[in-house]
Amino acid sequence: MKKVTIFTGVFLFAVFSLLNLSGFGQIPAKPNPPRLVNDFTGTLSAQELQMLEQKLVNYNDTTSTQFLVVLVNDLGGYDPADFAFRLGEEWGVGQQQYNNGAVILIKPKTQKSRGQAFIATGYGLEALIPDALSKRIVDQEMIPEFKNERYFDGIWRATDVMMGLASGAYAADDYNQEPSAAWFVPILVFAIIFFMMKARGSANHIGGKSNLPFWTALFLASQAGRSHGGSWQSFSGGRGGSGGFGGFGGGSFGGGGAGGSW
Amino acid sequence: MKKTLIIIAIVLVVIFVFYSFFKGTYNTMVMNSEQVDAQWAQVENVYQRRADLIPNLVNTVKGFAAQEQEVLTGVVEARAKATSVNVNAENLTEANLQAFQKAQEGLSGALSRLMVVVERYPDLKSNQNFLELQAQLEGTENRITVERMKFNETTRTYNTYIKSFPQTLLAGMFGFEVKPYFEAAAGADVVPEVSF
Repeated sequence: MKKVTIFTGVFLFAVFSLLNLSGFGQIPAKPNPPRLVNDFTGTLSAQELQMLEQKLVNYNDTTSTQFLVVLVNDLGGYDPADFAFRLGEEWGVGQQQYNNGAVILIKPKTQKSRGQAFIATGYGLEALIPDALSKRIVDQEMIPEFKNERYFDGIWRATDVMMGLASGAYAADDYNQEPSAAWFVPILVFAIIFFMMKARGSANHIGGKSNLPFWTALFLASQAGRSHGGSWQSFSGGRGGSGGFGGFGGGSFGGGGAGGSW
Repeated sequence: MKKTLIIIAIVLVVIFVFYSFFKGTYNTMVMNSEQVDAQWAQVENVYQRRADLIPNLVNTVKGFAAQEQEVLTGVVEARAKATSVNVNAENLTEANLQAFQKAQEGLSGALSRLMVVVERYPDLKSNQNFLELQAQLEGTENRITVERMKFNETTRTYNTYIKSFPQTLLAGMFGFEVKPYFEAAAGADVVPEVSF
């Protein structure tokens, strides 16, 4: 009996994985080094790419919120919404603990097929950029420009609006803490306590003054507790002054967002 | 004397190995099971979200198409039915999940009938409030799809784990049972048609 269930389990698994492989094309692989603007179509010029990338990287640096722009020629048989969610989930757009990522997916219009645009918002952005607003951004900011082949302008305007909506909710500070501070603070606290006790042991007359190191120790201890949140685990570091993008944080997508076609 | 010591040491090692095997397996099963439960809560959440949208949607449609009583009451009744079927994560069985799915499918059907009727009312279709409700409804359907997919994935991880050897021995002992999948029944994944 058990053998049968194991067998069916394995069989179902095999069928599922076959279906996954045969039914649909592949979601593009994560670029290395990671970029926030990914044009697989050659629609944007090098300068436009650079400007958009800079804008989105700056926004990521200050707010930790990641907007990913992807242009593809082929959705691989997926619905635009489905494609955007899968890509966002797979690449891990947004920070893991906030899920504050968004994917702006654009499939430019060709002679044969309609253009598709979709904004997928991560769990953490759903409240800030509700679906109705995503819909409005796509319909009013992006599609009018896209109709005139001005892809850059459409993306620029859409990201402007989205940045306005998402600002203020998340701060990058939590991510940019120096992780190395976490381990040496407790040691420092012990050192201070140790010296305090030593000082007390050798010279009793300081007594009244030892209040101060005590409060310092307490303060440091509380700091140590705070930075122990483990927030840096999801940030791949590399926030160099050169303005490069540090990497995706592992955010998750739950189906928020809206799109349109032209 | 030396022999007994060696025997005791071996027994201790064996006990320790068994203990760590039990502990690791059991804890992984608990963790996987908890993940399925959490994902189930997420699924219920998105279905609830759809149910919450409906009163607003029905009222908006009523303002323009009050004569479509039959379709509108159909939606309200299907909603009542759908919200009355609640499945707790603890009794997530095949039968329960099917009942849940059936009730939700009834609501999907009623909603798609409503959306067909709406086509006859151009004023309603261009109403800003209605357009936004439509966008929200679409978004909710997307969320349902995504959360169901994630549910099936976590369930698959859990089922595969408890069914594999040697975990299957422990799973039987501690009563970890196979959890059901969402199945795409005929027309279940047909999103209410929203066309312009």
